[in-house]
Amino acid sequence: MINKFVRSVAEAMDGVKDGSTVIVAGFAQVGEPRALVDGLIEQGAKDLTVVHNTAGRGREGVARLIGERRVRKIICSFARSRGSVLFEEVYARGAIELEIVPQGTLAERIRAGGAGIPAFFTPTGGGTKIAEGKETRIIDGRECVLEQAITGDVALVEAWRADRWGNLVYRDAGRNFNPVVASAGRLTIVQTQNVAELGELTPEMIVTPGIYVDRIVHVPSGDPPVVIS
Amino acid sequence: MTNWKPWSREALAARVAQDIPEGWYVNLGIGIPTLVGNYVPPDREVILHSENGVVGMGPAPSPESLNPWLVNASRQHVTLVTGASYMNHADSFGLVRGGHLDLCVLGGFQVAENGDLANWSRSDNDRAPAIGGAMDLAVGAKRIWVVMEHTTKDDEKRILERCTYPLTATACVKRVYTDLAVIDVTERGFVVIDTVPGISFDELQTRSGAELHAG
Repeated sequence: MINKFVRSVAEAMDGVKDGSTVIVAGFAQVGEPRALVDGLIEQGAKDLTVVHNTAGRGREGVARLIGERRVRKIICSFARSRGSVLFEEVYARGAIELEIVPQGTLAERIRAGGAGIPAFFTPTGGGTKIAEGKETRIIDGRECVLEQAITGDVALVEAWRADRWGNLVYRDAGRNFNPVVASAGRLTIVQTQNVAELGELTPEMIVTPGIYVDRIVHVPSGDPPVVIS
Repeated sequence: MTNWKPWSREALAARVAQDIPEGWYVNLGIGIPTLVGNYVPPDREVILHSENGVVGMGPAPSPESLNPWLVNASRQHVTLVTGASYMNHADSFGLVRGGHLDLCVLGGFQVAENGDLANWSRSDNDRAPAIGGAMDLAVGAKRIWVVMEHTTKDDEKRILERCTYPLTATACVKRVYTDLAVIDVTERGFVVIDTVPGISFDELQTRSGAELHAG
C-alpha cells in the first residue's frame, strides 16, 4: 500500500544534503511551507541554493535560514520586502549570492524544470539588465532572453488537503507557486493542513497529482497571519 | 503663483478608472494603480487579475469577511467577485505574457517618448533589488498605462526623451497619467490629451524632459 505520510517534520526533512538546491513555494505568507523551512533549519543542511519568490520577511522562515548563514545563493524576484533585514545585512557583507529574476520568469523556470524543458526564450527582460550575459534572440521582432529551467534537489510545498498517494488541493490564493514547485523537486516534501482519505479528493478536484509528491507531513498550522497594512 | 492644482492620488485613480471600458481584463500594479479598482463603477464589469493566481478580484474585505488565504500581489487582503477563479503562478504569468490582459496599470519612475519604462530600480547598485512581476506585465499586457507624479518631489523630470534608470521593458507604454496630465505615447512622441484645469501647455512642457505635442 502506498502511503507517503511520514510522522514528523524531522522525518520529512531527513537526508537533505549540504549544497542542495531547495525550492520553497508560497507567496505573501500564504501557502508557504513554514514548518518545513523551520524543519530544514533544524535539520542542519548548509551551503544551500534557495529558490523562493522573496529573500524572506522579518526574521522567520527563509529570512532566518539566510540569517543563520545556511544559504550560499538565493534566487528570487523580490529581495526587498518589509523587514527583510537579515537578507540585506548578509548581502551587504557579500556573504550571499543573489540572482534576481522577474517573477513570471521564475515561475516558468520552475515549471520548465518540472516539465523537462531545459531552457526557453521569453520576451520578459528583453532590452533590460536582466538580459545582460544571457543569450538573446530577436523573435517576431522582439528581443527574447534564453532562461534556464530550475529543478530542486528538494521542493517544499504547503497543501490544504492531501491523501496518502500525495494528491493535493490548495486553498484560495495558497495555490500560487505550489503546483509548479511540487513538479520540480527530485524530492518533493509537502506539509498539509488537512488529511483526506484516498478517493475523497475527486479527479476533477485534484490540482497536483500524487506522482509529483514523495513525502507528506500533516501540519494543521491554521490560517496564515493576517497582513496589517 | 499657479492657478492650478495637481490631481490627488484618488482623483488620478478615478481618472484612470473612467477610461476602462466594460469587459476588459485588467491587472493593477502596486500603489496608485491598486486604487483604480475602487473607482470602477459597480455596474461596469471590469475583471481584475492578480499575479498570484486570481482572476476576478473584488474590493477589500470588511473585517468580518476577511479571508487570510486570499491576498493580492500587493500583499493586501481582497475578496472575489462571482465568477472568479484561481490558477497557479506559472499559468497566471502565462496569461500575462500571452497577451490575454487588455490592460495593465503600473506605477513608474520614468517614461520615455519611445515608450520605454523604468519602474523597478533607481540605481545600478541596488542594495536589495526587487522586480516582482513588473517586467512580465510590461511585455505581456495588450496595453500598459503608467500612473506617476509628473516630476519627483525634487522637481526632477520623469517624462523624458530616454530613461536614465534601469529599464523595466522597452517600448511598452501606451499612455501616462500624471498628477498634471494624461499623455499618450505615440509614433510622434508624447501627445497631451487632457490636463488639470488651468495649467497651460507651456507650464506642462517646462515640467517635462521631452517634447510634448498637443492632442
